[in-house]
Amino acid sequence: MNKKSINFLLTLFLAYILALFLPWWSVMVAALITSFLIPLKKATVFIIPFLAVSLLWIIQSWLLSSANDYTLARKIAILFSLGENPVLLIIVTGLVGGLATGIAGIFGKQCKLVLK
Amino acid sequence: MKNIKFGFSLLFCIAIFYALNTKFGSLPPLGKFLSPTEGFWQNEVSESNTNNTISINGLSASVSVKYDVHLIPHIFAQNELDLYKAQGYITAKHRLWQMEFQTHASAGRLSEIFGETALDYDRQERRRGMGFGADNTIEKMKEDPEMISYLEAYRDGVNNFINQLQPKDYPVEYKLLDYKPEPWTTKKTALLLMYMTKMLAGGDSDLEYTNALRKFGKERFDLLFPDFFDVNDPVIPAETDWTTMNAKITETPQSEFPLDSITTVLNKPHPNNGSNNWAISGAKSYSGNPILANDPHLGLKLPSVWYVMQLATPNHNSFGATLPGALGIISGFNTHISWGETNATRDVLDWYKIEFKDESMKQYKYDGSWKNTSVRVEEIKIRNKETFIDSVTYTHHGPITFDATFKGKSDKEGYAMKWAGHIGGNNQRTFIDLNKSKNYDDYLNALKHYVAPAQNFVFASIQGDIAIWIQGQFPNKWKGQGKFLMDGSNPENDWQSYIPKGHNAHVKNPKRGFVSSANQHPVDESYPYYVFNDGYETYRNRVINDFFSSKEKFNIQDFKDLHNNNYNLKASELLPYVFKNMDTSTLTTQEKEIYNQIKSWDFNTDFNQIAPSIWASWWSNIYNLTWDEFEVEELVLKKPFTYQTIYMLKNNPQDAFMDIVDTPEKETSKDLFLIAFKETVKELLAWQTEHGDYYWKNYKATFVGHLLQGLPAFSRFNIPIGGDANTVNAASKNHGPSWRMIVEMTSPPTALGIYPGGQSGNPGSKYYDNFIDQWADGKYLELDFIQEPEATKGILFTQILTPNNE
Repeated sequence: MNKKSINFLLTLFLAYILALFLPWWSVMVAALITSFLIPLKKATVFIIPFLAVSLLWIIQSWLLSSANDYTLARKIAILFSLGENPVLLIIVTGLVGGLATGIAGIFGKQCKLVLK
Repeated sequence: MKNIKFGFSLLFCIAIFYALNTKFGSLPPLGKFLSPTEGFWQNEVSESNTNNTISINGLSASVSVKYDVHLIPHIFAQNELDLYKAQGYITAKHRLWQMEFQTHASAGRLSEIFGETALDYDRQERRRGMGFGADNTIEKMKEDPEMISYLEAYRDGVNNFINQLQPKDYPVEYKLLDYKPEPWTTKKTALLLMYMTKMLAGGDSDLEYTNALRKFGKERFDLLFPDFFDVNDPVIPAETDWTTMNAKITETPQSEFPLDSITTVLNKPHPNNGSNNWAISGAKSYSGNPILANDPHLGLKLPSVWYVMQLATPNHNSFGATLPGALGIISGFNTHISWGETNATRDVLDWYKIEFKDESMKQYKYDGSWKNTSVRVEEIKIRNKETFIDSVTYTHHGPITFDATFKGKSDKEGYAMKWAGHIGGNNQRTFIDLNKSKNYDDYLNALKHYVAPAQNFVFASIQGDIAIWIQGQFPNKWKGQGKFLMDGSNPENDWQSYIPKGHNAHVKNPKRGFVSSANQHPVDESYPYYVFNDGYETYRNRVINDFFSSKEKFNIQDFKDLHNNNYNLKASELLPYVFKNMDTSTLTTQEKEIYNQIKSWDFNTDFNQIAPSIWASWWSNIYNLTWDEFEVEELVLKKPFTYQTIYMLKNNPQDAFMDIVDTPEKETSKDLFLIAFKETVKELLAWQTEHGDYYWKNYKATFVGHLLQGLPAFSRFNIPIGGDANTVNAASKNHGPSWRMIVEMTSPPTALGIYPGGQSGNPGSKYYDNFIDQWADGKYLELDFIQEPEATKGILFTQILTPNNE
């Protein structure tokens, strides 16, 4: 397995585990740790953790809301002016989680570099 | 270089964390809110239907909570302390955010949630003396240690639930507004009762009337606002003999009302707050059992103001609608009796003009000397801002609501409020005792604690009694007292005494075989105490009473039909006169077409008709044109009531009020009908272009709005239901029958009920609004009055609350 895959899986795994104990920003911690341990190069520093947590949040939110016929997701979608479209809301959720994580990934790598 | 990069990435990281963890305006903190493990996705869940066990501190024995298919909890406890603890726990489980929000609103604490935008509202509630009233309520309840112990049990139940919560479990509104629940207190129950008191007895028009008296003079005022309308079908049948009561009437002093001009008043409760209730005796009932019905008309809100429960111990078993935050059943039944309330709409709020000795407001003039004031310091916490300190001055009348620091005009004068809501009553005791009452005498004993908001308590028992008592603590006023602003320095203007509870108007087992109330005048002119018409209903009551006089026997279907009756008596009393007198010669073809549509109307305000929309618009235009004299800037005025308006249009068609001030011509009521009609046609056609056909359903567009100012995402719109504010089915745009109940006094009682909402307060639950369609359709839930705690039939799941003996 290449570094990207390992980084991806480890971010995913840590984000999932840490969120059981910590608030929403645990996904940022997951990326920080992962990027510190397995630093990537160039844009992938951001993109890999971004994809990992986007995927995690999309799956988690989809599992929760599909089990309840998207009752609340439809309403929150109205709140965010996304029509009554829960799919869009799930995607936005993934983007927000991914964005925070990706940026934490960049920071994780810079920590590593500064300590070298 | 790498240090710079490090610095930038750190800043970037902090910035994104801050941006996603902070609420901006109405936008929730996005990271927190959208996180699947912490945010709203955790609320995307309907109540589980699996049995479970929860341990609760301080229970003395296990409590079994059985949920039926409607998610109505049936609570079986071994004693009352456990029962009310369980009620607190279960109510919080389903309605926590609402419970806290309503009590925050009552206490004037919304600035804590919304920031400075709510400050004016909060100051107003503080200056209305909401906290003062709640403190007095608690003080009064302390005379009844058992009651306090129940309040504490309820409090502990609520807090047990709150303490179990992780941030991810908070109701979604907390996440949206980014705050968290605080512990429940006994005072919050008092604040909830104050919230209801404000809603139902917090209105008055003294200051508007004062302006009108000055502007129009006494003779004209009395014509517009008579103490009795020319028709009166009172709550207590007119033939009732009061002479044996030996009433002591307060003598009218020779003082004058201060002629003032007032430019600001407190926010008023919704003018349609009211209700219907009625009960028929066994002799009038198809089965020989009395039948009782209630439908309180309140704002249509989500979560609903009501939460339905069954509350049982080995000694009593009650069922019905509760108010989240208060104990026991409020409108319901038990094994022996049933009861329900409508608003008594009495004037229990008066205003006094206060003259201070100087700007310090430390002393005010009273009985020829200077009397000391006191100060209640109100600390209003504001989100993201410094706390605002409002010092409210109190006189012996009550709080100085308006003074130089709040909407007042002068440093040396103020307006003090005297309100039954400030007296402090053990109202909670009335409900707890009604839950346990076995007969008429128990009901009477329960009522005697009741102070405010005054209600018409209807009653029926399995023994075959029916009754209605207009209960509350009413000042024994001199004739005319409290209609206008009074001089606060004259002791004769004080409330001199209260009407003895036994003298409150009531009737038991009347000859006519039924009792009813619909917020109309409680009595006729023969009742010895002064009761002035402060907005009594005049239509629903007559439809109800005519209905029960129309035939010999009534069954459950008749009750349902009456609840859902859309007959528009108001329109039927004006339109025939209009059709006869209005000059139609100038109507265009298009106008003529619309005119014919309403002319053929049968006065049923059904949702799929067109005529009710024409009527609604036409009436509103006639009313506003008639009272154009009341549209004055810088002066608060109240337009006359509907009944008197129609009376004037028909009986005084040439009256000077009929003239439209802005036109050179001299209009009569006939002219007003025509002008208003032409305006209505214009409005309806414009409406039609924008929205399509103006069927009543669409034109009225009834909605049930979320407590957060009708937040659209959590509200329900365009509900197909007929009726308007003056039909028995009083469903108007955002107001209407908030709980319909029918109870037949079989043994045990058989009951139906429905409300426009759902048992769950969670917008993510399928039980959030699942009753609305059935409610609009005039359908009911069969209320499963479970007699055996072991019952399993129709039970969705069971929660066992067990004592936690750690």
